[in-house]
Amino acid sequence: MSAATKSKYTKRSDGRKMDELRETEAKVGIIPTADGSAMFRTGGTIAIAAVRGPRILHPQHMQNPRTGILRVNYGMMPFSVSDRIRPGPSRRAQEVSKVIEWALSEIIDLSEFKSNVVDLFIQIPQADAGTRVAGINAAAMALAHAGIPMKEMASAVAIGKLDKTLVVDVDKSEEDYKDGEGSTDIPMCFLSRSGKISLLQLDGKISPEELKQAVEMGRKACEEILKIQIKALKEVGK
Amino acid sequence: MTAEPMPLPNIQKQEIINYLKEGKRLDGRGVADYRDVEIKIRISKKAEGSCSVKMGETEVYCGIKMGVSAPYPDGPEEGTMMVSAELGPLASEDFEMGPPRINSIELARIIDRGIRESGFIDFKKLCIKEGEKVWTVFIDLYPINDDGNLLDAAGLAALIALGQAKMPVYDEETDKIDFETHKGDLPLNKDVMSFNTTFFKIGDNFIIDPTSEEELASDFRISIAVGSDKGKPRITAIQKGESVALSQEDFEKVLELVEKNFKAMFPKIEKYVWGK
Repeated sequence: MSAATKSKYTKRSDGRKMDELRETEAKVGIIPTADGSAMFRTGGTIAIAAVRGPRILHPQHMQNPRTGILRVNYGMMPFSVSDRIRPGPSRRAQEVSKVIEWALSEIIDLSEFKSNVVDLFIQIPQADAGTRVAGINAAAMALAHAGIPMKEMASAVAIGKLDKTLVVDVDKSEEDYKDGEGSTDIPMCFLSRSGKISLLQLDGKISPEELKQAVEMGRKACEEILKIQIKALKEVGK
Repeated sequence: MTAEPMPLPNIQKQEIINYLKEGKRLDGRGVADYRDVEIKIRISKKAEGSCSVKMGETEVYCGIKMGVSAPYPDGPEEGTMMVSAELGPLASEDFEMGPPRINSIELARIIDRGIRESGFIDFKKLCIKEGEKVWTVFIDLYPINDDGNLLDAAGLAALIALGQAKMPVYDEETDKIDFETHKGDLPLNKDVMSFNTTFFKIGDNFIIDPTSEEELASDFRISIAVGSDKGKPRITAIQKGESVALSQEDFEKVLELVEKNFKAMFPKIEKYVWGK
């Protein structure tokens, strides 16, 4: 960002610093009948995740005899947003489920669970933007809690560009920002060991240079999120 | 309540029956005892009213949303209500993905009838323009963990969330609802509230608030919504579930239990719903 072009977005609506996460909370083991479960909250966005499996995959023709597979189902509760959402899978929910599945498939090793499936269920009881990344953060903890063999952890955040300003962990009011260049939403997920990016989506307008900065901001924020996830995992049973 | 749960091994069922002969349950409770109830309100600040209810390890979320729609032809000046439940695989191994199955549908309908027939919601006050526009109350129920008695936990959650609910503001000219501004409470007839209790017959005994294991050991269940008619129980909805039939003796026994349970529980339910 050059000094000559001033951004109209100079102050965040909730007073956070540009690179500051919302108030976060993480808890592991919230659903007793599940094999693994967790909750992740950032500000007004709450995600809960449950893992069931590994278990034999039905129908049989979907089984992979070489490895187990991960299957993700993400959904928003009807009362999680102002205008009620009809229950049941929307097109959006199906796509979000798939990108979360891709974001998490690499972190687990299911080679010992041939023809099995690990089912991951994510629900959003309250939404204030960033539900897919909150879902990933909860889900990664739930997978670890379920004792699924993990190669690494996954942590995710949404970076926003509001006019020309990059910010960490956008909320709904920021997502709806209209001034100047408007709002660009960039959800991303980082893997803890390889440092690879397992989810990257973008809605809006951004230059390659700014995007590079956004990813660096995201990487830093996710280091913080990883610490929160690990802390919550260590607190299980205490 | 489950789709196609694994049957309970006979030895486990027999153990539950043997304990009950001495009036005992595996977790140490008496036949008419509930598990500990834990309530959290405002689990979603986007809802007009919301809560979670935990009974033991069973947990249900409930959220109330308001919408504006056309009234039904048979009630042009009355608001409407819709109860939905999603018994999804998040909450139990026995629940499956996909459109609501009979277990979700039955649960939602039992709770719908308990609330509707009691007259708890003042639908007349939910009319915006006669014959054209009325408020719709959406009650959405989401089990988070199923360890038995989802019905009564969900029923209680619905009452508490309704008790919490505030009215959003509707602008007739723009046809928009302002969900950020709330004006007053959802109109309720507080004195006619009914609560649902499901009695499960296991062997020769009836129990309430079963765990999943006890639910599987039961022969049939009967859900009864009861409110107060000047301090006396008034039944507003019934559902007998599962295929084992009810004898005249069972029927009389259940009615006896309804009276007892009403005396013991109604003051508690009122406290849960109104917070005092």
